[in-house]
Amino acid sequence: MNLSTLLAQIINGLQTGSIYALVALGYSMVYGIILLLNFAHGDIIMVGAYVVYYSITRFAFHPLLAVLLAVAASVALGVTVEKVAYTPLRSAPRLSLLITAIGVSFLLENGAQMIFGADTKSMDPIVPGSVAIGSVTISYAAIITIAVSVISMFILTRLVNSTKMGKAMRAVSEDMGAAQLMGISLNKTISFTFAVGSALAGIGSVLYLCAYPQASPTMGSMLGIKAFIAAVLGGIGSIPGAMLGGFIIGLLESLISAVHLSMWKDAVVFVVLIVVLLLKPTGILGHKVQEKV
Amino acid sequence: MTAPLLKVEDINVFYGSIHAIKGISFEVQEGEIVTLIGANGAGKSTTLNTVAGLLRPRSGEISFMGESLIRTAPNRIVFKGLSLVPEGRRVFLRMTVEENLEMGAYTQPAANLKADLEHVFELFPRLRERRRQIAGTLSGGEQQMLAMGRALMSHPKLIMMDEPSMGLAPILVEQIFDIIGSLHREGATILLVEQNAQAALSVADRAYVLETGRIVLTGTGRELLESDEIRKAYLGA
Repeated sequence: MNLSTLLAQIINGLQTGSIYALVALGYSMVYGIILLLNFAHGDIIMVGAYVVYYSITRFAFHPLLAVLLAVAASVALGVTVEKVAYTPLRSAPRLSLLITAIGVSFLLENGAQMIFGADTKSMDPIVPGSVAIGSVTISYAAIITIAVSVISMFILTRLVNSTKMGKAMRAVSEDMGAAQLMGISLNKTISFTFAVGSALAGIGSVLYLCAYPQASPTMGSMLGIKAFIAAVLGGIGSIPGAMLGGFIIGLLESLISAVHLSMWKDAVVFVVLIVVLLLKPTGILGHKVQEKV
Repeated sequence: MTAPLLKVEDINVFYGSIHAIKGISFEVQEGEIVTLIGANGAGKSTTLNTVAGLLRPRSGEISFMGESLIRTAPNRIVFKGLSLVPEGRRVFLRMTVEENLEMGAYTQPAANLKADLEHVFELFPRLRERRRQIAGTLSGGEQQMLAMGRALMSHPKLIMMDEPSMGLAPILVEQIFDIIGSLHREGATILLVEQNAQAALSVADRAYVLETGRIVLTGTGRELLESDEIRKAYLGA
């Protein structure tokens, strides 16, 4: 393998990795705040993808308008799912919540199948073209994907670290009872977390379509699982962890493909996950479990 | 006597089928330090958590400045001016000292933040030194100061403290009670729950003694300190 192939594969890896990272953030933030593995999260991306598909192919909207619509639809869907399916289970055992999430995932997938049909809908590339830098060709889609992800993550980090709502989110995720004693509304803060996670999923769905311009009812499940692995690998509940995990998995996949072992791609990802969890059960950047004294 | 700031009337609280609080009534006047003392499991913390809205009484009434709190969500109760320093401090261990204090000021307009931080740092100079430090790295005493400072940030009209001396070295216990005394002199109204009956009765205007979910005795701090019954049961004399 020569250097320019390697560089091209690294760019590829960063492109998929940044999509994984955006989706992983949603898993991680929701887990951090209500200890729920929101398996419906991947399907939110699927819905976002259909919104983009129809906005562009059927209504010929400008891609930027399609992005806004996808983000708006994802946020509306994410918050609705939280209010309708998860809020009533706030004090129920976490297992009931998990099973509900799996149920919501099936509902969204089958609902999409009913509404949009089971076939894969293909579209023209949203961002065609590429630029050659020396001997390396980089698609505009890759550049946009990486840039948008980095900007989104930067904004998210600022939001969580420096705004009142972001700090309230961290307070709720650490100690719900104590957060309430500060005057923080759990309902508002948890809904906000779902809204932010879903907005990132909406952005993720657009970037996904830039890389693979097709939508299908089950597209969210594998993407969701990969992103979930990324979140666990980085340390579920940790925001920088989710970003790191996403990039690691994206790079890993493309480098394995680069050495012509793409059949083994998923297996290697799982092996890496298992090894990391054996060495550090909380994930790479995961919090230590706090001992209550 | 004027109308009390906090009035608790005949509340009954259950944990599942366990009847933890059996018809407790008490009140706190503005400017007072009132203490609830009693052994482990007497229902002291349960009472505070019920007033703070974290637990719901099955019957009875709790009113604060003449308004019922029975159906108010715990976070709304803070907005009304009632703040609880919970048992075990429960500071946000992964956040910095200053962020913890900011969370305490959640109900307040952002414009007041600087002045309020300054006020807390004057009361607890240690917190100023450690303002950028993660709260999880503080000692137990410092965490207690942080929990108290955090509660003060909301400008409470009544501050409730649950076992502020728990697990602290005697010198720190003394310091904590000094601070409670100086808050009192500044005009704060305090409802204090303590196992350290000696210290609590020394600072309190009035006290209620709890035993297995009932109030068995009440009087001024001084009266109870001198009562034989109390000396035998709680002061080890």
